[in-house]
Amino acid sequence: MESKKYLEDITEIKNMMNRSSRFISLSGLSGILAGIYALIGAFIAYKLVSNSHRGYLILDGHIFRLVMLDLALVALASIVTAILLSTAKAKKNGEKIWDSSSKRLVINFLIPLITGGIYILIILNQQKYGQTAALMLIFYGLALINASKYTLGYIRYLGIGEIVLGLICAFIPGFGFWLWVLGFGILHIIYGTLMHFKYDRKK
Amino acid sequence: MGIINNINKAFDHRIRLGIMAVLMVNEYAEFNTLKEMLSVTDGNLASHLKALEKEEYINIQKQFIGRKPNTRYSVTTLGRKEFKKHIDALEKLISNK
Repeated sequence: MESKKYLEDITEIKNMMNRSSRFISLSGLSGILAGIYALIGAFIAYKLVSNSHRGYLILDGHIFRLVMLDLALVALASIVTAILLSTAKAKKNGEKIWDSSSKRLVINFLIPLITGGIYILIILNQQKYGQTAALMLIFYGLALINASKYTLGYIRYLGIGEIVLGLICAFIPGFGFWLWVLGFGILHIIYGTLMHFKYDRKK
Repeated sequence: MGIINNINKAFDHRIRLGIMAVLMVNEYAEFNTLKEMLSVTDGNLASHLKALEKEEYINIQKQFIGRKPNTRYSVTTLGRKEFKKHIDALEKLISNK
């Protein structure tokens, strides 16, 4: 019947609109893994600090450098995992990994993130250390929300969650470590799991 | 039959629908992007683009990036309006049956 052809047309239109404007191959599994890396990283940082002779973190010590290295490794591992798993998923979907939709996603993610990163470096240079954890959570959340327009699903809510935790963290900086564990670890795992079951498992 | 009236002949083809769909949600699209998204040949795509251009539903913008020619397409206000009408008509048609 005619209407079947039209129905196919409409499905095709929707599909085209989504595929051309949103990068749909972001992997949920990489979210879960990023969360797990963050928890491992946090555990190592916790051990490092509590086993040091001071028992708390000061900013220009040997332990501080180790914690920073730990943080950088977690970030690097998360990014590499996200790229690898998303590439694999894109291949399966018959999508290109580096097309205009993924470029737009990355650029819009990086604008708030880099702004935040530079800002944090500036205030660290002014010896204002107290709000670092809160600012990282807030700017990361803003970056996620900004990127959410160019990909699918729950990433917007992940961003909102990070911002809320960031604001709580600004209010009670003493709990910065635990809010980080919650934000970068637990929230990522919840988000990744939801994404994985909603989008990845279907086919 | 008001419903049938709004079915636009100019859009009554898969590739043209695809072109319009991509342009509706993007500021512009390049020839090669469209070609990849719709998986069609150069000649085929060009003739459908020409048809849409003739109706003034899309704009063509030719420029050079470095020394390579680059053609961008974007949807016109008229094209946006007509395409919306067309889709609404399709949806009504389906839900009526």
